[in-house]
Amino acid sequence: MAVCVAVIGKEVNFLGYLAVFFLFDEILFLLQNYPLYLRTVSPEEELKFHYTVHTSLDVVEEKVSSLTKSSNDPRELYLGLLYPTEDYKVYGYVTNSKIKFVVVVESANTALRDNEIRTMFRKLHVAYTDMFCNPFYNPGENITSRNFERTVFEMMKKD
Amino acid sequence: MAESLESLFDFVHMEIVSYFLNKPGKNIDNDVIQNLERLGFSVGQRLVERFTKDSPRFKDELEIMKYICKDFWTAVYKKQIDNLRTNHQGIYVLQDNNFQLLTQMSDGKQYTEDAPKFLAFPSGLIRGALFNLGLTCSVSADVLSMPNCKFQIVIPQS
Repeated sequence: MAVCVAVIGKEVNFLGYLAVFFLFDEILFLLQNYPLYLRTVSPEEELKFHYTVHTSLDVVEEKVSSLTKSSNDPRELYLGLLYPTEDYKVYGYVTNSKIKFVVVVESANTALRDNEIRTMFRKLHVAYTDMFCNPFYNPGENITSRNFERTVFEMMKKD
Repeated sequence: MAESLESLFDFVHMEIVSYFLNKPGKNIDNDVIQNLERLGFSVGQRLVERFTKDSPRFKDELEIMKYICKDFWTAVYKKQIDNLRTNHQGIYVLQDNNFQLLTQMSDGKQYTEDAPKFLAFPSGLIRGALFNLGLTCSVSADVLSMPNCKFQIVIPQS
């Protein structure tokens, strides 16, 4: 199935932020578009996928801003195929809280349909929400939750 | 049953306020309010993450505000905001004519000075919710006459 799963943090309006509250421990959020989580099937390739995921962020931004303007179903959280490369296909999903999920699958894997990718993202989103509601998790920190990890491994499992 | 569930949140909230007020050590009113506000902030962030999981993407600022006034408020306080006003330049005023956390207090000068302590958590809640939806803002609350209160939200324009 998926060869890489990544969660990217949110972007914050930096200027307004500094002006209004400097005091609180929300400072962690100042890291913009920071990878909160990234797992690959083979750990040696992690760097390569960091690069792939990073590249996809521009496409995510483009899609989100164009989707809000054009009228054809602008409201869905699932963004669809971001871009294909020779070996991989990159899919994206943005939550209402501006957290970005990126999933990379092998191009050779033709059994994977759009609908399956969609359910994969749904599962990932549910796992993320559960993890986020844990009071011991500080928003903006790297994700270390074991339950979340389990969901991701489930997604990357070869079938 | 439903009624007792509603009052549970009231009771917890009252206890939280009195816990912060009676904490040993030096306690300035301002600190109490800030702590309550911060508590609300983190709760608001988490709540909104859960509530918006299945809702479609928001188009703009106003749509987010409407969401807060309708769905979010109903989920937390079992009613909608009574009046939403805006100058379309980042200032929003949310008016609730019968705010749940104030209904148990009688009107009059006696309790007006205590009211801000009971509005700090709700203000934080709003700020946290908006922050997680991508709007950084400041929220202030004031009471006109007892169960009636206003939240003013200011979003700095860049």
